[in-house]
Amino acid sequence: MEQGADRTIITVVGRDTVGIIAKVCTYLAENQINVLDISQTIVQGFFNMMMIVDMNHAVKPFGDCSKELEKLGEEIGVMIKCQREEIFQKMHRI
Amino acid sequence: MVNLWEVNETNAMIEHENLDVRTITLGISLLDCINSDLKQLNQNIYQKVTTVAKDLASVGEKIEAEFAIPIVNKRIAVTPIALIGGAACKTAEDFAEIAKTLDRAAKAVDVNLIGGYSALVSKGMTKADELLIRSIPTALCETERVCSSVNLASTKTGINMDAVRLMGEILLETAERSKDRDSVDCMKLVVFCNAPDDNPFMAGAFHGVTEADAVINIGVSGPGVVKTALEKVRGESFEVLCETIKKTAFKVTRVGQLVAQEASRLLHIPFGIIDLSLAPTPAVGDSVADILCEIGLEYAGAPGTTAALALLNDQVKKGGVMASSYVGGLSGAFIPVSEDQGMIDSVLAGAITLEKLEAMTCVCSVGLDMIAIPGDTKASSISGIIADEMALGMVNQKTTAARLIPVIGKNVGDTVEFGGLFGYAPIMPVNKFSCEDFIQRKGRIPAPIHSFKN
Repeated sequence: MEQGADRTIITVVGRDTVGIIAKVCTYLAENQINVLDISQTIVQGFFNMMMIVDMNHAVKPFGDCSKELEKLGEEIGVMIKCQREEIFQKMHRI
Repeated sequence: MVNLWEVNETNAMIEHENLDVRTITLGISLLDCINSDLKQLNQNIYQKVTTVAKDLASVGEKIEAEFAIPIVNKRIAVTPIALIGGAACKTAEDFAEIAKTLDRAAKAVDVNLIGGYSALVSKGMTKADELLIRSIPTALCETERVCSSVNLASTKTGINMDAVRLMGEILLETAERSKDRDSVDCMKLVVFCNAPDDNPFMAGAFHGVTEADAVINIGVSGPGVVKTALEKVRGESFEVLCETIKKTAFKVTRVGQLVAQEASRLLHIPFGIIDLSLAPTPAVGDSVADILCEIGLEYAGAPGTTAALALLNDQVKKGGVMASSYVGGLSGAFIPVSEDQGMIDSVLAGAITLEKLEAMTCVCSVGLDMIAIPGDTKASSISGIIADEMALGMVNQKTTAARLIPVIGKNVGDTVEFGGLFGYAPIMPVNKFSCEDFIQRKGRIPAPIHSFKN
């Protein structure tokens, strides 16, 4: 997988319910956001997911997608956060 | 590729441990604004500041949104105004006009503070320097966002005691002018020894004359992150303690480096430095004093505090230096009283005194910071405290500073509210014995010898 450039990390954290991934992925598909990788665990009933996505062909600007995903999270009852990947790369890689 | 654990660690720092970028400070040179006509000078300054900084606030918000990292303050530092206004200003009131222009410009570009209403007088004062200093009470009283600083001493030149004496009086006058608001204007005034040219933190930020036309400096923070990391190594050896602080400081600073590079790219302004500082706020879990307690003290101020702080400060620098391409500014742990809940608790418990704080400033940046003292403290005593702090910086070849707030009408036992990030402070007692005859002497203390170190 290509490293670095313009990738975004979407994190979803909250109480586990049916259809969290489906709803998030539907939003991403509708907005031409390509999912590159997904990792997910459930700890003590808490859903914890990280997606690496490519937003280069997204139909909306980053800020709008970020806000809409946050809103979608509120509807599902989870916290959804969008961040450019560099912040994690910088902090955890020399 | 980053993994889930790393992503969660970073986000926990941001969400639960108050990791933030404390300030993006845009340094702007005003040297090309100089004009002998005051009106034209003011126009030039307003034009330059509002042009260079027009995108600062929006770029800051964009970076905040894309990385989900809070950037608490966007600020501006300008060339010391005593240099810029010298040709045009014939009176202290003329200088105060420039302060008002800076205030308007800061509001126009939506930054919360603008620093650089400053004079550098470590060896002597020009007529303009003295006029600027005398205008400080008016300037701070009649503006909201302007910050002022005066460099009174340096290792190379010694201490300008005439300026130290004058600053004692100016500080009291500034307090008097804002006495109906608990003398809050004094928060916007700081005096330095060895003031750095690239400090991004207020109230002492100014854009030094050795700097380029415009530059981005960043101040990072994260006492809560260090505290949380240390909770996991409770009771371990000093080696483990120090390694933990270093690794944490590295991570915190890397975020600052990223934000600095992004801001520089988006604003088309070169990146200057990152200031590796642990800057506390009154928020719970954002305290440097709490780190000292985690290291093993009952309260900050207990025996061992200076050693613990020295260790903390040094490890923060060691971890941070590798994380950033350029480091500068004040770089170290800040120990303001009012802005740190743990420090306030120490004062209230009677664990810390002004004298202990003074000792602590020998081993950390930056100095006696945000300390409320009784409003009836004599000007000469204030000058005496300032002179002591300047001497520490001068002899130890480090930056030291004093930001004292003599609160008119209040005394030991009272508390003052400064609001927001500035917090609140119990009034601390000042040694009652006089230094009047010492302060009344004219001239300056010579620079110290740099050999025979003891």
